[in-house]
Amino acid sequence: MENIISLKDIVVEFEDGEKILKNINLDIKDKEFVTFLGPSGCGKTTTLRIIAGFLEPTSGDVFFDGQRINGVPPHKRNVNTVFQRYALFPHLNVYENIAFGLRVKKVPEKEIRKRVCEMLEMVNLMGFEKRSVNRLSGGQQQRVAIARALVNHPKVLLLDEPLGALDLKLRKEMQIELRRIQQELELTFIYVTHDQEEALTMSDSIVVMNNGYIQQIGSPTDIYNEPVNAFVADFIGESNIVNGSMIQDCLVEFAGKHFQCVDRGFAPNEHVDVVIRPEDVKVIPEKNAELTGMVESVVFKGVHYEMCVDCVDKKWLIHSTKACPVGSVIGMAFDPDDIHIMKKTEDNT
Amino acid sequence: MKLKYFSSPYLVWMIVFILVPLLMIAYFAFTSDSGEFTMKYISDVGQYANIFVRSIWLSLIATAICLVIAYPIAFILSRMDKHKQGTMLMIVMLPMWMNFLLRTYAWMTLLGNNGIINHLLGLMGFEPVKLINTSGAVVLGMVYNYLPFMILPLYSVMEKIDKSLFEAASDLGCSSVSTLFRVVIPLSMPGITSGVTMVFVPAISTFIISRMLGGGSNLLIGDLIEMQFLGNAYNPHLGAAISLVLMVIILVIMTVMNQFDPDEQVLM
Amino acid sequence: MKKLGKIYLVLVLLFLYVPIFVLIVFSFNETKSRSVFSGFTLDWYKRLFHNKIIISSLINTAIIAVIASIVSTVLGTLAAIGIHHMKKVPKSIVMNITNMPIINPEIVTGVSLMLLFVFFAARMNLEFGFVTLLIAHITFDVPYVILNVMPKFNQMNPHIFEAAQDLGCSPVKAFRKVVLPEIMPGVVSGFLMAFTYSLDDFVVSYFTSGSTSQTLPITIYSMTRRKVSPEINALSTLIFVAVVIVLIVKNAIENKTAKKNGYKGD
Repeated sequence: MENIISLKDIVVEFEDGEKILKNINLDIKDKEFVTFLGPSGCGKTTTLRIIAGFLEPTSGDVFFDGQRINGVPPHKRNVNTVFQRYALFPHLNVYENIAFGLRVKKVPEKEIRKRVCEMLEMVNLMGFEKRSVNRLSGGQQQRVAIARALVNHPKVLLLDEPLGALDLKLRKEMQIELRRIQQELELTFIYVTHDQEEALTMSDSIVVMNNGYIQQIGSPTDIYNEPVNAFVADFIGESNIVNGSMIQDCLVEFAGKHFQCVDRGFAPNEHVDVVIRPEDVKVIPEKNAELTGMVESVVFKGVHYEMCVDCVDKKWLIHSTKACPVGSVIGMAFDPDDIHIMKKTEDNT
Repeated sequence: MKLKYFSSPYLVWMIVFILVPLLMIAYFAFTSDSGEFTMKYISDVGQYANIFVRSIWLSLIATAICLVIAYPIAFILSRMDKHKQGTMLMIVMLPMWMNFLLRTYAWMTLLGNNGIINHLLGLMGFEPVKLINTSGAVVLGMVYNYLPFMILPLYSVMEKIDKSLFEAASDLGCSSVSTLFRVVIPLSMPGITSGVTMVFVPAISTFIISRMLGGGSNLLIGDLIEMQFLGNAYNPHLGAAISLVLMVIILVIMTVMNQFDPDEQVLM
Repeated sequence: MKKLGKIYLVLVLLFLYVPIFVLIVFSFNETKSRSVFSGFTLDWYKRLFHNKIIISSLINTAIIAVIASIVSTVLGTLAAIGIHHMKKVPKSIVMNITNMPIINPEIVTGVSLMLLFVFFAARMNLEFGFVTLLIAHITFDVPYVILNVMPKFNQMNPHIFEAAQDLGCSPVKAFRKVVLPEIMPGVVSGFLMAFTYSLDDFVVSYFTSGSTSQTLPITIYSMTRRKVSPEINALSTLIFVAVVIVLIVKNAIENKTAKKNGYKGD
């Protein structure tokens, strides 16, 4: 597969000197569902706006299909955007909103009708043609926004937190539907979200961003199982992150105890972040355990219980199918390959 | 205690001082001095057709000029940084707070035969030009006085247009010109219609601007009405008839304007 | 593009302000010339303060504006409460009539009131003067108060009145404690609007004042009709300065309340 979009050394600096993006390098493959994931202010929307053409980078190059497109205005780029709050035109009805792009390009009326109808069918809005967009529900507006962008047959569809305004159930439905549309039309989707679950469910690959830097690029499984640093680990799922130091290869020290692990290649006694997922903490009887703690709270979460355990000045989060009474003392154990060792994060994270 | 009775004092006031006086205009327009029904005054209005035509024409020109000047201003204001917008709007609207007569008087002194403009022309070696007491001066006075009435409604509509709509238009293939025609103008239509009425209505019915800047040769409907009530031509019946015709003209023009604005209902 | 916009803005501002500044400059002119500035003087200001007609019409204008705006605020607020609780059809009839003085040309409002007063003058012992002027001002002020207060009722959560009663307030107390604070911003802006319209009105006053009770705009008008006098320029300067001060104070107060309410500029 070849790259449809490449960003080379992109820097965005605002007039007041604030750097929003600091040296972004990124290749996006054709027909992929790519998600930019990160907390608000991390630069994900800014990156999207650079691809759409609403923003020119302070320095760096943007390539589309191998062509440099810096300075090409948005209306001449073969990408379309689904905006955060949809940005539907309030003076036009559903049909005219979807037909907008085609009318601008002076497509013949007959073809407009055909293509708009196709889109209405695809997003399940047949019969809503004449409806004013102000009288649609959030989910329906969302569908119109998607249809309005896709009707132009863009090579790349950009989606800026498109599901942010919907309730949970609708979000889940739309996630599946978006994925279906992307696979049906074989398009490249670039999707911006701060919701890690959404990113994991939908994407072929995820770009985790923070503070204007790309932290990690990889498939959902890679990102989840092999986070490269504590930030990614914490952002992708709730994690217990403790300070530790490497005694030698495959042996780490934290909370005053030594544990077997599987990581190598650190300097002796190097300070590291130790990351352990809540579901990887095993609850064992107190007397067999290296590490013990007192249960502070138990919350039933449906599939499992979430417990907060106080152990050596640190609150541990544990997911377990069995509940332990509040106030009891429990032991904790970990498999060596569940202990993730990460280099101490540098300034950039 | 029923809350709706709170409005009783106002309802009495409204009937006596709003409704009855308007009915009296109609009554005077259709009766003679002795109180008999007559169509004489209404048909007499026809004699002043030239004044009606001039009033409609000059105020339409003034309204059009206001729209052309105000539209870009309102757009520029609405796209400024939020904290600058308030101050800038205040600066634009400030002259409107000066008394109307003083603003018109200012132009009287500027345009006068011995006024500053002619003085400057003289210094540059040109012949003095007749500026005051022309229909151009009347239009200028209307534009100057009513421009803020056009800017304000346009601004308040444009300020509400979400920036993302411009981006969406651009994303869907619009150049800036086609964004203007396909998005900005349709969305600012309510502002255009209310701006046009807010300029046109006072412009067509003014008698001060025409008197101060137009001299005796540019009589407008307003002058005509004023003359029937407070001038030498004292004839309240004819004055009422002219007022009635004026109201009908305005009603017709506003109805036409409202055709352009799907959201707005005809108020009267 | 941005630069072009700025130039355009400056040009329009020049158009709006140059006439006023010329007026101000010539208020300090020694001679009566409107085109040649021959020397600085404050004479016109001194004359202005000794002009009895101007001073008395200024006082008259202030009295009328104060009384008219207070009366119309009370009348209009009560009216808004009542209209809000009316059924749909009477409500729209009343609102349409209320809108008339706003939509109608001022001259029509002035003439219609004049006809009414002439009618009464002939039958009762009514003279054109302070009373007719005051009635006219209240008549065109009330609609502005109503139009400012009505939206506050529409924005208000209808249940707060019930909630207050549920928590132990009598209806009157509930109204004072929860409804009034909600509509207060509308009442205040309605009052201010009525007050400024009254201060500034010329057309309606012109037709309803008679010769005994003049307002400042009418005096200004008769001055412009007679000989040119730089006293008008001096008066304009003072009014301009007053307007600037009032607007700056208003802006400062608005900014302060905006900050207090946690509004942050984007």
